Amino acid sequence: MQTKPHFAFFDEGSKKEIRRATLKAVAIPGYQVPFASREMPIARGWGTGGLQLTLSLIGKKDVLKVIDQGADESVNAVSIKKLVQYTTGVALTDHTAEANIIQSRHRIPEHPLREDQILVLQVPNPEPLRKVDAREYMTKRMHAEDDYSGAWLILFEQIMKYGKMTTGAAHPVYVNGRYVMAPSPIPRFDNPKMYYSDALILLGAGREKKIYAVPPYTNVESLAFEDYPFSKESFKGKQCKLCGAEEVFLDEIINQETGDRTYQCNDTSYCMERLNSAQEKEVESSYA
Amino acid sequence: MREQPILQVKNLQKKFGEGCQHCLDPEIRQLEKNFCPYCGTIYAVHDVSFDLYPGEVLGVVGESGSGKSTMLQGLYFDIELAAGEVYINEPMLASQNVLTLSSQQKRYIRNYIYGMVYQNPLDGLKMKFSSIGNIAEKMIAAGSRNVGNIEARSKALLEDVHIPLRRMKEEPRNFSGGMQQRVQIAKALSNNPPILFLDEVTTGLDLSVQASVLDLIKQIQRELHISMIVVSHDLAVIRMLADRSIVMLNGTIIENGLTDQILEDPQHEYTQQLVYSLL
Repeated sequence: MQTKPHFAFFDEGSKKEIRRATLKAVAIPGYQVPFASREMPIARGWGTGGLQLTLSLIGKKDVLKVIDQGADESVNAVSIKKLVQYTTGVALTDHTAEANIIQSRHRIPEHPLREDQILVLQVPNPEPLRKVDAREYMTKRMHAEDDYSGAWLILFEQIMKYGKMTTGAAHPVYVNGRYVMAPSPIPRFDNPKMYYSDALILLGAGREKKIYAVPPYTNVESLAFEDYPFSKESFKGKQCKLCGAEEVFLDEIINQETGDRTYQCNDTSYCMERLNSAQEKEVESSYA
Repeated sequence: MREQPILQVKNLQKKFGEGCQHCLDPEIRQLEKNFCPYCGTIYAVHDVSFDLYPGEVLGVVGESGSGKSTMLQGLYFDIELAAGEVYINEPMLASQNVLTLSSQQKRYIRNYIYGMVYQNPLDGLKMKFSSIGNIAEKMIAAGSRNVGNIEARSKALLEDVHIPLRRMKEEPRNFSGGMQQRVQIAKALSNNPPILFLDEVTTGLDLSVQASVLDLIKQIQRELHISMIVVSHDLAVIRMLADRSIVMLNGTIIENGLTDQILEDPQHEYTQQLVYSLL
């Protein structure tokens, strides 16, 4: 006999525990709250932290969007969406503006988020000081004492070795002037989107058993030096080959045969929406 | 007018272990060297008091296990002392026992007022970061956020300690023991601390390197007027560096005075033995 799964997969006690950790995280912006990460039907390291947050938050009327590196249709995003829909029956969407809960791996959508939306980020390594000291009790102590020289030291080493800060993703941020936080491996391009964000941002690390948060309208500064200011990736002079968008995060696609480089929006739903609205306008003007 | 000591240390205590009815009361305590034969509790530092004056080098001599390093680590807040008082003559710390301050305030003292050179470079350096990064760490901790300034100061310090600048981006684990020790000294000096602790800095180094490290310390003391506590079991080092010395045995000070006086005319039995065993 096959029984129906509980609503949102978890028993209510589990959801309550995760929500309680989430509330604490919201109350102390940037602080990593330990929680009892549940065993999930997907492997740890594949978004279990984000999935647990989503499942603890979701209600019957919510609309869910899941993205994986900017794409709505990649395997990881689709599996997570299917699991949540199977256990809750909620509506799914690709449109950022239509969703209440957006679970994302490594991107913040291009479309600006609103106050009534929650962004859930999946985090592999929540500890920005792990490179400085491998011992958890030491990094905890550093956080407690507001001792973040190690976080700056990592950036200083990069400048010494390569002449600039070389964080490809997860450039550390100072949250609310108190805790240094790893903003999940989002590109530097997305860091400024966290600054006074309208939407609540929740971050979950399932393998590392930590939940942390950036509440709406919170000061989030990227770490930098006076003479080496923070800068995001530049796509100057480049545009999406499909929709022509500029000032967005672009993927570089290299043609293996000719070696040509083309660029394309990393946020697939944003690109699709632009293409559709362009087409609608074209139809209106040509066939009216 | 008498000079004010920059560092006053009063009645430091440190024990490892719980203690028992036979050893908790100092009046009836019967210790075997520094440990209690009944419960094995070690009285590592017992009732140590001294003053350190500005620009002075204070030597601390004693055999292995006499509590020299433990005392120094206690002063540098690496280990927690059981009792005692430490006063630093700095305007913002006036008449405050720094041992009772919060861990943030202790970190402030470590970053701004103290410099430490450990016996083992593994304790004082991050072996996975470059040498210049190691020196930068202390300046970053003290609030410096300008790469240009940090780099210039680190380079000047590395030159002072005779480390070729072409190796500054190398990790100290690639360096010889003497070079690691000199990187530690550069790091300790980066914020111009008024007080510097040196724990067996030359132990285990070969003679020519020993001489250059000692020269360097002497030069720093002459030029920067930093007050230092030099811990060593090597009397030659103490003779060369220290103006005044204390001799420790089993966790207590058994003799103190001018270094020359102690070496020429030792009063305590142990000091006599120590001085006469000097080759």
